Amino acid sequence: MNPFTFTQARDLDGVLAALNAGEARPIAGGTNLLDLMKEGVMRPAQLVDINGLDLDRIDASEDGGLLLGALARNADTAYHPLVRERYPLLSSAILAGASPQLRNMASNGGNLMQRTRCVYFYDIGTPCNKREPGTGCPARDGVNRQHAILGTSETCIATHPSDMCVALRALDATVHVQSSSGKREIPFADFHRLPEDRPEIDNTLQPGELITHIGVPQADRFIDHSAYIKVRDRLSYAFALVSVAAALDLEGGAIKAARIALGGVAHKPWRVEAAEQTLVGEAPGEAAFMRAADAILQGARGYGHNDFKLALAKNAIVQALTTAARGTAAAGGQQAHRGDRA
Amino acid sequence: MELHQQYPVRLRINGQDREFNVESWVTLLDLLRERAGMTGTKKGCDQGQCGACTVLVDGKRINSCLTLAVMQDGKEVTTVEGLAQGEDLHPLQQAFIECDAFQCGYCTPGQLCSAVGLMNEGQARSRDDVRELMSGNICRCGAYPQIADAVVHVMDLRKNASGDKPAFTTGAVLA
Ligand SMILES: Cc1cc2nc3c(=O)[nH]c(=O)nc-3n(C[C@H](O)[C@H](O)[C@H](O)COP(=O)(O)OP(=O)(O)OC[C@H]3O[C@@H](n4cnc5c(N)ncnc54)[C@H](O)[C@@H]3O)c2cc1C
Ligand code: SF4
Ligand code: FES
Ligand code: FES
Repeated sequence: MNPFTFTQARDLDGVLAALNAGEARPIAGGTNLLDLMKEGVMRPAQLVDINGLDLDRIDASEDGGLLLGALARNADTAYHPLVRERYPLLSSAILAGASPQLRNMASNGGNLMQRTRCVYFYDIGTPCNKREPGTGCPARDGVNRQHAILGTSETCIATHPSDMCVALRALDATVHVQSSSGKREIPFADFHRLPEDRPEIDNTLQPGELITHIGVPQADRFIDHSAYIKVRDRLSYAFALVSVAAALDLEGGAIKAARIALGGVAHKPWRVEAAEQTLVGEAPGEAAFMRAADAILQGARGYGHNDFKLALAKNAIVQALTTAARGTAAAGGQQAHRGDRA
Repeated sequence: MELHQQYPVRLRINGQDREFNVESWVTLLDLLRERAGMTGTKKGCDQGQCGACTVLVDGKRINSCLTLAVMQDGKEVTTVEGLAQGEDLHPLQQAFIECDAFQCGYCTPGQLCSAVGLMNEGQARSRDDVRELMSGNICRCGAYPQIADAVVHVMDLRKNASGDKPAFTTGAVLA
């Protein structure tokens, strides 16, 4: 690791002042930042440890939703009784990510800010537009099995690796941020960005801003019919090739509302509201689900090694919707088969 | 110059209060191995991918390779050396021996700490849960079934071992 100075934050104002001065980078769990610093991909001159801030609570909000502290750990969030009862989709998405040790350290704010797992981004011996703007993107013609099929640009085809963020996108969460000049809320849809011609910028957090909370609106109507499906190279402890967060509001055998967000396919969690609309009023079933999947995947293209994701994503969407329609309990029960091969 | 500043770190390691002065970039893993003499904790990948460096901080398991020593100031750390009580092995250590749950030994300290953390967390209800919650520890000799046996044995989960509904829901898998 490159040398850096370290300070322990005593209060929010202190952190915001340090961030404002432009030198410091906050560290929470450290599970992504330290990894990237060891590889030389990120080289902050100053770290501010924000773990002393009072931002680790999970509270019910007045409008029936939840407010997740940026410093609440992923494990504590996933196992929190309110999250388990009211947002099973969020709970299962978090538990599908990383390992128990990592989830004990990983914070909610850090999860949103984690960077791509593109192997070229991690290898400082190769060019990469995200790491060093203007040097090129070897992934486009290289080993791109993990890479994006939607929303790519000439400059970058990386994916956002988070599972939690896919569920948060489906649930219409908001990111609460604060800087020396005040607070603002960023709708989840606008938080992560597509690479366009600035792939080095992952999200719309501005310099000097700190994530303080994540707001999740009330979503009771989806409790009974949601599923997080994650397709990966081994049964556990691997990043998604494709993942799907699906939630249905069913009434009298028809779909009243649907939410579908994808992970592993783009620079941000991918959601197409118009595709969800095609399901409204329909009976849940494969034909309707296939049409919705096609609508979500419109414009998708492969780059060689990741061509398989086109079919995989379609199947995963249909599978997730089918599982959700069967019931949230069924989604939970389904993972029991992972133990069958002990 | 300022960059090579030393930071004071106080830790309670395996029941003993210890004080160190370390550079900012020293990980908890490196402090334990190189400054505290606790070489039971192993460095495998150094990137959070293998679990060999798993220790308990305030009772919770974490990867000591991905946290800075200065960030753990004031905490209580338990490594594999701290599991036994004098001559008495921790029940999990005993069960690992009885179940032949290790081979090359490099990952066993992390596996043991991880298993103790798993029990502290109290989320496992079935053998499948144990398997899932031990997945952060990669053992290339393939001692997984025996490791699961050992944990299931100590947690006394056998009555509702396989087949029972898992206690928690992770993303369903298509593989
Ligand atoms: C081996 C491995 C496997 C993994 N597998 C998965 C997986 O399958 N699915 C998945 O979703 N994730 C996975 N992860 C990623 C893990 O979830 C993230 O590393 C973690 O969530 C990041 O949180 P943190 O608190 O450790 O962040 P840190 O490493 O502390 O910080 C990450 C970034 O966020 C910034 N930051 C932190 N907090 C704030 C804040 N409040 N406001 C503004 N900026 C902030 C930091 O400056 C830094 O740039 C894996 C990680 C590893 C190492
Ligand atoms: S896909 Fe993006 S992150 Fe990967 S090499 Fe290309 S520019 Fe870099
Ligand atoms: S050495 Fe820490 S996880 Fe491999
Ligand atoms: S005991 Fe180390 S690889 Fe199996």
